[in-house]
Amino acid sequence: MTWLLPAVVAVPVLGAGLSVLVGRRLILQRVISLAAVGFVAVAAIALLVSADSGTTQVAQVGGWAAPAGITLVADRFAAIILTSSAVILLAVLVYAMAQLGRDAVDWWFHAKYLVLTAGVALSLVTGDLFNLFVGFEIMLTASYVLLTVKTGPDEVRATMSYVVINLVASALFLMAIAFVYTTTGTLNLADLSRKMAEIDPAVRAGLSMLTLVVFGIKAAIFPLFMWLPDSYPTAPTPVTAIFAGLLTKVGAFVIIRMQTLLFAQDEPSTLLLFVAGATMVVGVLGAIAQNDVKRILSFHIVSQIGYMIMGLGFLSIAGLAAAILFITHQIIVKTGLFLVGGLVEAEHGTGALDRIGGVLHRRPVIAALFLPLALSLAGLPPFSGFVAKLALIQEGLALDRGVIVAVSLAASLLTLFSMTKIWGGVFWGRETEAEGTAGAGMVGATAVVVALSIGVALFAGPLMALAERAAVDLVDPTVYADLVLGVR
Amino acid sequence: MSLITLAVAATLFAVGTYLILQRMLSRIIIGLGLMSHGANLLIMLSGTGPATPPIVDGSPSPVVADPLPQAMVLTAIVITFGITAFLLALALRSYLLTGSDAVEDDLEDKRIAHSHDRSSMDVQEMSE
Repeated sequence: MTWLLPAVVAVPVLGAGLSVLVGRRLILQRVISLAAVGFVAVAAIALLVSADSGTTQVAQVGGWAAPAGITLVADRFAAIILTSSAVILLAVLVYAMAQLGRDAVDWWFHAKYLVLTAGVALSLVTGDLFNLFVGFEIMLTASYVLLTVKTGPDEVRATMSYVVINLVASALFLMAIAFVYTTTGTLNLADLSRKMAEIDPAVRAGLSMLTLVVFGIKAAIFPLFMWLPDSYPTAPTPVTAIFAGLLTKVGAFVIIRMQTLLFAQDEPSTLLLFVAGATMVVGVLGAIAQNDVKRILSFHIVSQIGYMIMGLGFLSIAGLAAAILFITHQIIVKTGLFLVGGLVEAEHGTGALDRIGGVLHRRPVIAALFLPLALSLAGLPPFSGFVAKLALIQEGLALDRGVIVAVSLAASLLTLFSMTKIWGGVFWGRETEAEGTAGAGMVGATAVVVALSIGVALFAGPLMALAERAAVDLVDPTVYADLVLGVR
Repeated sequence: MSLITLAVAATLFAVGTYLILQRMLSRIIIGLGLMSHGANLLIMLSGTGPATPPIVDGSPSPVVADPLPQAMVLTAIVITFGITAFLLALALRSYLLTGSDAVEDDLEDKRIAHSHDRSSMDVQEMSE
């Protein structure tokens, strides 16, 4: 079973190479992509089952024992996020095939998509700070190329700022790696979690802030989010959807990993809670001002990251469990919303609210797909967002953190308001002429994502219990260290 | 020795930051190059410093150099090299499309910022 860990990274990379080798044979490319991403999804589920049954898989690549070698770990937290990411990658792949087959054909889409898959998988399962850097770079480099599928002035402008911001963050990350290595002499996360406790608290606080800034840029938290709504909306829909669903969440995943494993504290972090509240409010206010479906949703990515940081800020089992459930819910719902936005764009050629209307009457199926996702994003019962937000708010009240609870509720209300803005602009109103029809494949893939979101709500009980078991491991850093290095 | 290297790294970061704040992508690329060199220098500093090569003649030496920082810097250089090449292609593309490689502001942002004090007619024109 341990071989699954390197395989979730290696199989997509090999698939990418193979996909280039078969050249312009679309059928073969599609088979390779489906097989590779499908393998990652199955492997992720196997890793999750294994981790949850108490036999967490730890691989030492190359045979060198940790902390000298390259460690890959799929504990419950990593396996949960990897599973939801892989399932969504598969759904968006089907959507992309249905869409790209019809209009702009990009011959190398599949290779890039598989490299992105490998980068996401490596970032999630790595147990080593430098390999985390490599995993992020693989993921981001694939995302740069995917953003410039079309090279019009808009795409070039958006990609410029996206690449520059991410490269600055990478330079800061390298700096953080240098500082960590200087102070502790190791980069293995498990080894670090033992050594971090022994170093000067001031140095530790500095390293904590530096990593928070680095991954704050990647996760788009306040005040480091400006690049996101600028760059995401210009890409083709499947690309934007997968970026929205995965990239920032991987950033949030790493922030949670770092803050619990390396820089653990005993009490709620006021700094993190402040950042969380500001991210929610600024993101949602930005969304209200927009006039384009994809741009509204892009600002909501920022806003929703705030809820994940809020769960982390409590630094308690219940808070972290809620954050884990929230990330899972967001990966699904956010991707689904962008896919619905893409359906609208495919039919009307634009996502501008003031240029479309009446979709409810012309294509009720699109409205039926949008509604559960929108209500879930706002956190209305009985949808998946409600379960995660309820857990967050209960924990906030239990810890007597009333301000952040009030802020999060207000942000949810404003989220609902901006969703009604999309509803009123796109689905109600005067019917506009459609330029085309979204294919059955696109609608079907979106429907699967909606079904997954409803599934999260239906199975909220078992999922919450799983998230709680994952959070118990997170709160006690020695669990992770003992898994990788053996019990001391 | 390491103080000089540290000062060089700090200077590279300072100059890099200044260049990144420019509008022209070609300058930003040079700035990013300098900044990542600064980061690479810092990683080099994180090792144990000059000593005997660890595996050349096989005989164990009491003081061996730490090979890990070199390996990390090599990886980092390769990654930065690839992304710099991509950015240069982007700068060229921008030059071919618009005659300049300036990183422009977001048009939609400007449109929304101005929409409160203009009629919808003007807004429509600006977006064209």
